[in-house]
Amino acid sequence: MYDVATAAVEAALNAGASYADARAMETRTEAMAARNGAVESLDREERAGVGVRALIGSSWGFFAVPDVGSAAARRAGEQAAAVARASALVPGADLALAEEPASQGSWQSDCREDPWSVSLVEKGNLLESATRTMGEHGADVAEASHRIWDNRKWLVSSDGHRIDQHIVECGASISATAVGERETQVRSYPGIRGQYGTRGWELIRELDLPANAARIAEEARALLTADQCPSLDATDLILGSEQMALQIHESVGHAVELDRILGWEAAFAGTSWLELPKLGSLRFGSELMNITADATLPGALGSFGFDDEGTPARPVDIVRDGIWVGTLSGRDSAALAGIERSGGAIRAEGFNRIPMVRMTNVGLLPGTDSLETMIAATDDGILMDTNRSWSIDDKRLNFQFGCQIGWEIKGGKRGRLLKNPTYTAISPRFWGSLDMLGGPDEWTFWGTPNCGKGQPQQIGHTGHPAVPARFRGIRVGVRG
Amino acid sequence: MTTSDRPIPVGAAAAPSTADQVLELVRARAASAEAEVVVMSGVSALTRFANSFIHQNVAEETSHVLLRVALNGHVASVSLDGAPDAEHLGRLADDAMAAARAQPPDPDWPGLTPRTAGLSVEHWDDATAVASPDERAQRVREFVDAAGGLETAGFCSTSASVAGFENSAGQRLTGRTTHATLDGIARTGTADGAARVTSVSLTDLDGQAMGERATAKARTASDPTDLEPGRYEVILEPECVSNLLSFLLAHGFNGKAVEDGRSFVRLGAQQFDPSIALRDDVTDAAMVGIPFDVEGTPKRPLDLVSGGVTKALLHNRRTARKAGTESTGHAVEGGGSFGAAGANLVLSAGDASADELIAGVGRGLLVTDFWYTRILDPKTQVVTGLTRNGVWLVEDGRIVRPVTNMRFTQSFVEALAPGAVRAVGSEQALLFGGWDSVYLVPALHLASWNFTGGAKG
Repeated sequence: MYDVATAAVEAALNAGASYADARAMETRTEAMAARNGAVESLDREERAGVGVRALIGSSWGFFAVPDVGSAAARRAGEQAAAVARASALVPGADLALAEEPASQGSWQSDCREDPWSVSLVEKGNLLESATRTMGEHGADVAEASHRIWDNRKWLVSSDGHRIDQHIVECGASISATAVGERETQVRSYPGIRGQYGTRGWELIRELDLPANAARIAEEARALLTADQCPSLDATDLILGSEQMALQIHESVGHAVELDRILGWEAAFAGTSWLELPKLGSLRFGSELMNITADATLPGALGSFGFDDEGTPARPVDIVRDGIWVGTLSGRDSAALAGIERSGGAIRAEGFNRIPMVRMTNVGLLPGTDSLETMIAATDDGILMDTNRSWSIDDKRLNFQFGCQIGWEIKGGKRGRLLKNPTYTAISPRFWGSLDMLGGPDEWTFWGTPNCGKGQPQQIGHTGHPAVPARFRGIRVGVRG
Repeated sequence: MTTSDRPIPVGAAAAPSTADQVLELVRARAASAEAEVVVMSGVSALTRFANSFIHQNVAEETSHVLLRVALNGHVASVSLDGAPDAEHLGRLADDAMAAARAQPPDPDWPGLTPRTAGLSVEHWDDATAVASPDERAQRVREFVDAAGGLETAGFCSTSASVAGFENSAGQRLTGRTTHATLDGIARTGTADGAARVTSVSLTDLDGQAMGERATAKARTASDPTDLEPGRYEVILEPECVSNLLSFLLAHGFNGKAVEDGRSFVRLGAQQFDPSIALRDDVTDAAMVGIPFDVEGTPKRPLDLVSGGVTKALLHNRRTARKAGTESTGHAVEGGGSFGAAGANLVLSAGDASADELIAGVGRGLLVTDFWYTRILDPKTQVVTGLTRNGVWLVEDGRIVRPVTNMRFTQSFVEALAPGAVRAVGSEQALLFGGWDSVYLVPALHLASWNFTGGAKG
């Protein structure tokens, strides 16, 4: 496959590119879903092709072919350069690339139990059994699913990169829906979409879906008759770690993407409230807030050996002691922003998409408290967990998030169940109110397999280490 | 790129023969197997600009083969994005058979689409199918030049797809479609203005007109001031309307949502204002798309709402079987858990011009786009989201001033309830939604919209 990628790069250079890289990729995926006691669908995909990126002047040209033959790869290289050259009709300043040693090497994710070695019968039995249990415990609609992604990719660049990687990702989810006269209530485990990582089938075994099926079904049923989350202009809010993962993803991860800050995503995904001159001095949150983008975390969904332009994975400080200190970047955006090195955050959904800035594992470092000490320290507040809805503006500033379940906190104790809990805030004000953080024992590497960005849109897989946290004076209970 | 260099939609003529080849491979492995094959091929390209220059310019050749096999009710689906050569297709057939054999029997397997006549509809333009990056860049040039120095961003895209369907029950269909889109914003520093157009033909895209429209919107939206949250009348421009409808369809008219009890839909009930007439209609001359679904069911025109009365649901073969009815041709790939999806939605136009819509507002907001809308509960259709790319306060039939973006938390079904629609616009716009669905919709003047927060929270 290196020969195929090399042929593509040479063709792009011969056609006039000042720089080119190519990724030959082979991908296998599997998705199984069960519903109310029966497997409902099994979908498997195989993808193979080459994507070539060519730089001419101010623009990237990209061309992909669903073919890993050398002739097709050469055609892709030529077309990538031709497409880039057409951009000269609407030019900008020449694009430069931050210096990066030309890495050569191999990397593969840790996969203890090959997910392809587990029989479809066993997989089906697991999902069917979980849905039956949920149905027996009050779920009107009981759903379970697993997903497998198996990616092999070979990268060659005109700078001398030559890297192959094999990354296996697995995950699973169960979900119970209770249907009322005028509403539905849902509970999911482990999170809204389940849990995913760069791991093998062992991750799914560790999740122990059957052991949690009855509980979430009973909770969904109980929520139908629970009290509404009160509408309060300000209260103390405790968030479970799964909701914190979403909070980090939406209000921190996207906000620190350098392509957004530079305006490259202005028309679709949006920009950012963060301005580069304030990098290193702007207060993003309280002193408890420490965020890193770390693609080296074992098993986390945003982990890899090298990003898709060959930069080795490394931890990057994003927020330190509440101060914004870093961005998610690639070689082009780093050079334009005057940042010395790429942050190693360039990835593409597949062979047919241009690599772009994506979150790696953007996570919150743990503190010294715990969920239980937070509850005990809260006189009057609300605990919310497991995401249900998420909405944030195009500058990543104004958000409103909903959770599946809530509990009133009174006098340091967890009280009545609350349904339809929502909260809304402005990002730096919200993060500035952070005053308690869960400890290392509660640090969970949540995986988000559905991050949309770019045009044509790409679905990214990102990781979000998170712990429970408490925020003060937050508006809750917004209703339609 | 010169004309002679332009990529041809690869496999355009090969789609039916590839489908035939795959069916043969399945028959050779199990003569009694039920099998259906969808073959899609083509080219897709998108020229993207930001900070007023082209920064990402992408194109791809596409080749997709989807095979679903049922062996005595044991069902599995496999797909290939790769060279459709004998080796890959043979492995595809092997994988499908092995996966199906390992599956438990599917009690709800609806069987294959019987031999049915297709629709003689084609939304295709030869020139768009072979459009060059220079032609896309020219539209961008015109858009940028029309902005009068304002910063611009957006994209110009072209796409050509050829589809072939064949199943072992004798159903054979072919179709093809092209489409082109120009979608951009102009930016003043305090506001963005948007303009967009989609058509079957690239020649219908007027970069200058779109650039001028986005620029005018940006200038009039500039220096916005805050407005107190609360309930206001709204004029929703077509992009907002398509967004609103997408939630009603996915969580309401989807046959699976009804089967689960998660839908608000009640067939035969007056659930909407009498001015609402919604249909799925790939035959509309202004549409784009292929006139059959991934199960080979033709997408015959379907009235979903007529005179505000809910008339029909969207079905694939599985949801239709459970509901005791026929598929409406709305199966989508990977939709096993999701259900059926609308494809070519047409909301009938009314008689109000853009000026007349504004003139009819007592005190309300004119909204260009919605952004980041997410549903809180499918049954109540309560959705939260924000405004984007221009919002203005309208008082006594006149635009008074631009306002900063606002957050809303609103039941979308209540927003269109009987008596809630004050006027329907006379001009429709063609817009893409999720699941490759396309919306042909006018603007709406609605009596009440619940804005729950301003830009500052």
